[in-house]
Amino acid sequence: MEHMNANQVQNKMSTRIRKNSIAKGLFFLSTIFGLIILVILLVRVFSQGIGWLDWNFLTGRLSTDPEKAGIMGAFLGTAWMMLVIIPVTFILGVGTAIYIELYAKKGRVQSIIQTNIANLAGVPSIVYGLLGLTIFVRLMDLGNIVLAGGLTLSLLIMPILIVSAQEALRAVPQELSEASYGMGATKWQTIKKIILPAALPGILTGSILALSRAIGETAPLTVLGIPALLIPFPEGLFDSFTALPMQIYYWTLDAVLTEEYAYLAAAAIIVLLGLMLLLNSIAIIIRNKFQQRL
Amino acid sequence: MSPEKGINIDPQTKASSSSNNKKVVYHTKDFNLWYGDNHALKDINLSFNEKEVTAIIGPSGCGKSTYIKSLNRMVELVPSVRTSGVISYSDKNILDKTFKVEDLRTRVGMVFQKPNPFPKSVFENVAYGPKIHGIRNKKVLNEIVERSLRGAYLWDEVKDRLNENAYGLSGGQQQRLCIARCMAIEPEVILMDEPTSALDPKSTLHIEELVQELKKEYSIIIVTHNMQQAARISDKTAFFLNGEVVEFDKTDTVFTNPADSRTEDYISGRFG
Amino acid sequence: MANNNDLNKNSKVNVREMIANNKEKNSLSNITEKLVPTLLFLITAVSILTTIGIIYTLLSEAIEFFRRVPIWEFFTSVELDPFGPDPEFGILPLINGTIISSLIAMAVAGPIGLMTAVYLSEYASEKVRRTLKPLLEVLAGIPTIVYGFFAFTFVTPILQLIIPGLSLTNILSPGLVIGVMIIPMIASLSEDAMTSVPNSMREGALALGSTKLEVALKVVIPAAFSGIISSFVLAISRAIGETMIVAIASGSSKDFTFDITESMQTMTAYIVEISSGDISTGTTMYYSLYAVAITLFVFTLIMNLLARYISRKFREEY
Repeated sequence: MEHMNANQVQNKMSTRIRKNSIAKGLFFLSTIFGLIILVILLVRVFSQGIGWLDWNFLTGRLSTDPEKAGIMGAFLGTAWMMLVIIPVTFILGVGTAIYIELYAKKGRVQSIIQTNIANLAGVPSIVYGLLGLTIFVRLMDLGNIVLAGGLTLSLLIMPILIVSAQEALRAVPQELSEASYGMGATKWQTIKKIILPAALPGILTGSILALSRAIGETAPLTVLGIPALLIPFPEGLFDSFTALPMQIYYWTLDAVLTEEYAYLAAAAIIVLLGLMLLLNSIAIIIRNKFQQRL
Repeated sequence: MSPEKGINIDPQTKASSSSNNKKVVYHTKDFNLWYGDNHALKDINLSFNEKEVTAIIGPSGCGKSTYIKSLNRMVELVPSVRTSGVISYSDKNILDKTFKVEDLRTRVGMVFQKPNPFPKSVFENVAYGPKIHGIRNKKVLNEIVERSLRGAYLWDEVKDRLNENAYGLSGGQQQRLCIARCMAIEPEVILMDEPTSALDPKSTLHIEELVQELKKEYSIIIVTHNMQQAARISDKTAFFLNGEVVEFDKTDTVFTNPADSRTEDYISGRFG
Repeated sequence: MANNNDLNKNSKVNVREMIANNKEKNSLSNITEKLVPTLLFLITAVSILTTIGIIYTLLSEAIEFFRRVPIWEFFTSVELDPFGPDPEFGILPLINGTIISSLIAMAVAGPIGLMTAVYLSEYASEKVRRTLKPLLEVLAGIPTIVYGFFAFTFVTPILQLIIPGLSLTNILSPGLVIGVMIIPMIASLSEDAMTSVPNSMREGALALGSTKLEVALKVVIPAAFSGIISSFVLAISRAIGETMIVAIASGSSKDFTFDITESMQTMTAYIVEISSGDISTGTTMYYSLYAVAITLFVFTLIMNLLARYISRKFREEY
């Protein structure tokens, strides 16, 4: 066996080091690639839409004339749906999380429920649309009203909320519930007065993030047959409606025919992203406030 | 598990029979406990008298914490726990399935190893117990809170910050707050599970003095890994080793003239 | 000690008595205590019912479909023409479109996601990592409709400049954009797998004079391999289920083709097209929605179960 030549090792070494720095550069570029696309996307949307984002656009009705069209109807539809989604998902998400974490016996039943939730989280959103169409729109004969849309989206984000509520409950120190039980408190008293209040910031953060996901969902609504026609503003849970993402969808499709619709779509995207940004900021504020306190 | 209620207590341990006719509050007879397959407590026989301080000492893992948590059935929070034998409190077997554990814990308070105040105000911490037991009158609550905080020698330090979060108090203050919280529902017995292990010497002294005061009104059972502490504050001492009671007697006797050589080894610091 | 304690002597309030009195009229709290677990169980049952509901609705309507169109024909025919006078229902063009769009997406997200994960876990400082990671997560939070808009009005026109003859609607553009969308998923899950590789393994290699690149390629990636594969499988599942980007940017051609510059329809886009049209219940076309949906459901379910199986079965024990 030949002995290694110091010179050769030296040469090899410098090649290896060069390879490493090239790779490092490549990896860094990959990392910021996504961010660059994000910036391009945002710049593009804003440059197209910001000029159309005026008072008339925000408060106006839908119109066949792009110059006059507004998104108030779609905005109200999204807002009404949120009024369904917030209480429904909160009850379903937190209730299920409490049951799994604090009541269910560890074992088979618990693991079945848990696996089921993990699988639900992976079901494509459009399948939820078909579920909503079959159960809420057709079987319960609700039609494509706010309630049907809200319930469909509630089921869609339920798994996300359950998982985040479970994490929040699990993060409550065991010592707190021990102290409560030690005073003779019952299980429900302990949950209601100690565990839930302590977990609430985490649960709220998770709920808001899930809500933000829900209001951006389009696919299930297309399946429910949510229109983007000239319909009256929704005034309650049983009215027909359209929603922001649906409006963006139809305007994008119409852009093939009339270019102005692309700008309307871009302006509506700004509104939708703004709304989501608002929700996310609230979630972050709650999280930070909570972290400071502990 | 024997379901018989109101069993007649036959004080079999030396300590309780030699006591000067004080009432027995707790009586443990042939008590065994398993965590899964792990036999953690073996044939425990102990009695505790009212208005006395009983210390439970022993090396880590000897089962002393498990035992004190059995006395208010907190040990059940751990899944896969099995028990046999009898623990009677006021002549009722608390291990009986029909026994209402909330009633027991109302009458038997507990102070934990680490101070565990709720993330609420000082006032709400102390008022928690009375509130969950249905006392809602604001005036009554005020009186209970003040009295309990005075009882725990904390009133002067916190009377101006009753509405501040309890997490702002020092560790020693938090532990005294937990004692005040416990006293607010006026239990008959206070169980203390190494209450000073997370505290500095000065706070420890405070708590020890407090225990001496509390003894006038409450029966106290205290688990400690600190033998000097047991010697200083307790009337009786039980020495646990490997899940068994090796010795139970007057504290003086245990520390000066132990009957079992293992007790002597432990006390003289040969192991543990 | 400064103040004296009277405890319950000389006191107006007898707490023990009050508690004992309250106990007697406490039957309401007893009922609550028993009712709550039942109520919570019923709430929990909703998640189970949702699964049952999905499977039941898809299956029962799909069975009706297979009464009209033989199941064999559905899964082997390359002819799909639901609107024609003599409708044809072969799912292969849709499966083809779905697979091709997912492959294009993975061609983007696989290498970029993996390299991002290596950078974040092996090269980036803690500070850089904590800045970049949440920014990347923003990509995953953008609604898919926005990506659809972006693919259709920006990416496609640019691609048309590069590839002459690219159709206005084509599978390439949405495939690429789906790829961008799932980068954070691969990056984040793979990075988790890589950071859980113990430092002692890295130090061993570094001490022998290895460069960080060599450590990443020869130590970290092999050790985190199952986690990485699992993240890929999950990302594919996500790409298969993605709807709006393809529905907008890939058009509705139902031809069976491998030409990525042409329009192709995925399973998801088919469901959008058929259900947004004004179709009446009871037609074969209506039932075809469910036959396609259950195929899609099974595809993604298998992927998700596979991902979980891989990460559990081959979890490295350090």
